[in-house]
Amino acid sequence: MSTKRLVMTAAAAAGALTLSACGSGGPGGADGEFTDDKVVLAVLNDASGVYKDVSGPNSVKAVEMAVADFQEKYGDEAVVDTIEVTSADHQNKPDVANTQAQALYDREMADIILDVPTSSAALAVATQAAEKKKLYINISGGTTELTNAQCNKYTFHWAYDTYQLAQTTGTAVTEGGGTDWQIIYPDYAFGQDMNKNFTAAIEAAGGTVGGSIATPFPNDNFSTFLTRAAAEDPDIIGTMQAGGDLINLVKQYNEAGLKDQGIGLAVGLMFITDIHSLGVEEMEGVQFADAWYWNFDDENREWADRFMEETGVRPSFANAGNYSAAMNYLEAIQEEGTDDADTIVAHLEGKEIDDFFLRNGKVRAEDHRVIHDVYLAQVKAPGDVEEDWDYQEIIATIPAEDAFMPLEQSTCEMGD
Amino acid sequence: MNEILQYTVQGLAAGSFYALAALGLAVIFGVLGVVNFAHGAVYMLGAVTAAVLLDTLGVNFWLALIVVPVLLFIFGVLLERVFISRLIALDPLYNFLLTFGLTLLLVDLVKRQYGVSGLPYTRPEMLSGQLQVGEIRLPTFQVFVLVFSVLVCLAVWLLLTRTKIGMIVRASTEKAELTRALGVDVNKWVTPVFGFGIALAGLAGVLAAPFRAITADMGSSFIIILFAVVVIGGLGSILGAVVAGFLVGLVEVFGQAYAPALSQIVIFILMALVILLRPAGLFGKEEHA
Repeated sequence: MSTKRLVMTAAAAAGALTLSACGSGGPGGADGEFTDDKVVLAVLNDASGVYKDVSGPNSVKAVEMAVADFQEKYGDEAVVDTIEVTSADHQNKPDVANTQAQALYDREMADIILDVPTSSAALAVATQAAEKKKLYINISGGTTELTNAQCNKYTFHWAYDTYQLAQTTGTAVTEGGGTDWQIIYPDYAFGQDMNKNFTAAIEAAGGTVGGSIATPFPNDNFSTFLTRAAAEDPDIIGTMQAGGDLINLVKQYNEAGLKDQGIGLAVGLMFITDIHSLGVEEMEGVQFADAWYWNFDDENREWADRFMEETGVRPSFANAGNYSAAMNYLEAIQEEGTDDADTIVAHLEGKEIDDFFLRNGKVRAEDHRVIHDVYLAQVKAPGDVEEDWDYQEIIATIPAEDAFMPLEQSTCEMGD
Repeated sequence: MNEILQYTVQGLAAGSFYALAALGLAVIFGVLGVVNFAHGAVYMLGAVTAAVLLDTLGVNFWLALIVVPVLLFIFGVLLERVFISRLIALDPLYNFLLTFGLTLLLVDLVKRQYGVSGLPYTRPEMLSGQLQVGEIRLPTFQVFVLVFSVLVCLAVWLLLTRTKIGMIVRASTEKAELTRALGVDVNKWVTPVFGFGIALAGLAGVLAAPFRAITADMGSSFIIILFAVVVIGGLGSILGAVVAGFLVGLVEVFGQAYAPALSQIVIFILMALVILLRPAGLFGKEEHA
């Protein structure tokens, strides 16, 4: 047994040596342009907790797909031969995210960190990116702080944020006739932020928020909150709950028969995995903002089919966003011939991007908010679902310029 | 006035569910002296098993109300024979640690198998819709939970106080030596009672499946409320668990209605007040305090 292990270790060591020799001597060796003669992309997210299904291991897979596609596209022409993908679990805790980010940048020599759900964790990683002068592209964290007061030169925000969610759902639903709202939100940073943004968006669109009810977090029993909200006879109840709390609330909304009373339900933040786990029957008619939908058109579907072959499930917008961010980063190093962070930042700033994820996309140089078209989605009726994961109907496309916080409102001071 | 009546009925419905869920915890502590920290995890297991049975074998809600508790009874019996019985003579802390570890294990196994987003569950058609009496509206399912829970609590109470088996079980726990001297094999009763308590937690899980998120973590916040219920009622007291369950349900609903953000804290304020005035809980015996 021990002999076998010895032989295997020796073989692995020999293999590693051969690989590293290839890396430095290959066609893309590009003398000194690449730190360690390789590029390392790190995905830092939730590998075991509430956001595991939303992004998690499948986003790592999406980034690996981007690397494979990049290598296939450029072959021998690629500026660097060795591209590695590494990942870490931040358990949705900012302190763990902080330590993990340092380890990824310093020990694993990550050139870029991607993803990072949970706003507090995302902000911790942004701080490390600024300190280490290494890139960070946030995909699944929602806070607008990343591109406002806490913005920095090395941090980009790719997919969505709380302002955009409010702008999409709050505005579109109000303009669609749901003018009288009641909001139920969890009483912590995310919920308070969402309540504020939604109220502003609804009022700007000519609607009114009759009441905002703060609820404990987490919470199982929402019956009374729903009764209170329904007593005001609103057109729409807007919920800012997420994950398990959202599912509890939706089940109890249905149980109370509020839909039959003509009170609609709008959800602040929802992922396709939530619909999948709760079932279309429970979610039918619910409206929500989506940054990207796999079955929107042929281009999206083509990528989603490949993703499904790899993972067995359809991609969430976070999965697709990770692919897009990774691919655009790799294209940037290809064009610039280096992984130097300052060069890549300069390359990305102001860049207009149109890929399967970013439609009419643009990387705003002033605050590093990446704007793009987003969508108001509605959950289909069970009878309209043609295949598994075919849950959404896109009822409105919100143009990039309207969907995100205007630059004039951003409090970002980028500096150097 | 109508508003208050509406909230009262809602509180009783929520309370009945807490009472049923806490019942097993009280039975296990009362009879075995074991603080079963895994009660929340078993509740979760009940809901997950119901969802999986529905999805794979088409076992509907009504059948699950019988099948799942039976399965969990067997699980409880095995658990007691393999682990609990070996620790029962030691410091109670060992059983607390065992059941805590079991919670972590069960939660992670479910996460590994079914992910974290939860499982869907279709509400039985018969229990959909609302019932309206005057100005009071209540979902049919809540009314069902209320009636069903009260019946189960009543049955358990009758079983323990009015039958020979109940008498033996109570005698075994209160005066074990004397009961043994009378020729009763005390140990024989410990295992099924533990299994019974576990089955009750599973039953609460099945009941929760149609109206709560079925996730691996669904038991972790729930267990805290259940402990509040049994502490308020008096550890190990069956009647206490039932009364406290209703009390907590009412306090929670009125808290939600009139001080929403504090609605979970009010439960613990109630607990603190009860402990201050009656350290052993409303129906607890002093030696358990």
